Amino acid sequence: MNKQTLNARRLLCPIPVIRTQDKVKQMQAGDQLEIIATDPGVMHDIPAWCRINGHQIISTSLEDGEYIIVLQVGEDG
Amino acid sequence: MVKQRKAIALISGGLDSMLAARTVMDQGIHVEGINFFTGFCVEGHTHAIRGQKHAKPKRNNSLWVAEQLGIKLHIIDVIEEYKNVLINPKHGYGQNMNPCLDCKIFMVNKAKQWLVENDFDFIITGEVIGQRPMSQRKGTMPIISKQSGADDLLLRPLCAKYLPETLPEREGWVDREKLHDITGRSRKAQVTMAKEFGFDDYAQPAGGCCFLTDKSYSAKLVDLWKARDNKREYELDDIMLLKVGRHLRPEPNFKIIVARDEGESRFLQGYRNEFISLLAESHMGPMVLIDGNPSAEDLHLAAQITARYGQGKLAEQVEVGIRTQDGTIRMIQVKPFADEDVLHGWHV
Repeated sequence: MNKQTLNARRLLCPIPVIRTQDKVKQMQAGDQLEIIATDPGVMHDIPAWCRINGHQIISTSLEDGEYIIVLQVGEDG
Repeated sequence: MVKQRKAIALISGGLDSMLAARTVMDQGIHVEGINFFTGFCVEGHTHAIRGQKHAKPKRNNSLWVAEQLGIKLHIIDVIEEYKNVLINPKHGYGQNMNPCLDCKIFMVNKAKQWLVENDFDFIITGEVIGQRPMSQRKGTMPIISKQSGADDLLLRPLCAKYLPETLPEREGWVDREKLHDITGRSRKAQVTMAKEFGFDDYAQPAGGCCFLTDKSYSAKLVDLWKARDNKREYELDDIMLLKVGRHLRPEPNFKIIVARDEGESRFLQGYRNEFISLLAESHMGPMVLIDGNPSAEDLHLAAQITARYGQGKLAEQVEVGIRTQDGTIRMIQVKPFADEDVLHGWHV
């Protein structure tokens, strides 16, 4: 399992979603992507994007004003 | 075995594209959504910028629509390519800086490219004849089909019965009889259809989903270009900042952007290394950015305006910090402007 990080700080939605989408396209099913963002909108939009595209949210957290989302790439991604 | 036909639906996040996609899904077609981010989309950014009390639910309507439909959504960044659409629209602008017809042609063309790359069969839009004065008229429908290069691969399920047959209809992939005959600006037919489909929550933005249809936003964009020697150019940060704060231009050489709430102050704070910024220190007040090349006198005036919009607006003196891009802060004492001192003509 490969784990990568996406720096989406200072980007406003939907750009973090677009960057996530583009990154996930290059990853394999089962890989994990950690997204670090500052726009609170990611806490809604990235899980919604994952639900419709068949990926799984592993965790979400807020640390020092940064939103951290870890997702696992789905089979049908 | 019959081949599973696939359609790509332009999903704006509004009701019409949602109904169009659903109409075709109900005919057994595999539908996926596509949404183009131009930088001017009302979605997203404003949620993040404005304070909580002003914010509507933090959802991206195109993602929400896709979820309601149970389809995948592909969000495509077209910020760079879109510049040419806005700056050089072949078909001109609408009431404001909205190049709606060129925009639609551009997006359908992008969808056509996506279709070819992903081996899909046709394109769906939620267009309705007569719905919008510039881009959705009977006369513009063939223009969009032709100039986008989509031709008869473009199906408008909501008004298909008023339009020539398209390839998916001719080939029997979709049954024309089950498509619709909606025209005009009334939303009645769409609301009825939404009820039939069980959609009871959907976005109905009054001016569409694009800031360029907004009079105030368009005025700010024109002002930006005028202040830059009429160079019709922009970067993403420029157009983002036009969405935020009060914009005042006391002199041609500089503009003041005053945050209107805590959310906007936080947002503008992120630009302190790119712009001169001002903040009252002796009283609570908004973050202020200066765009342009202000003189020392101009900065004093900007400090008075900064003080005017803070809690010290009735004080004799307010201490204001002027921060340059390198982080150096200079403190000055100013008398806040009175309401009548902030001239109406300064508001962009």
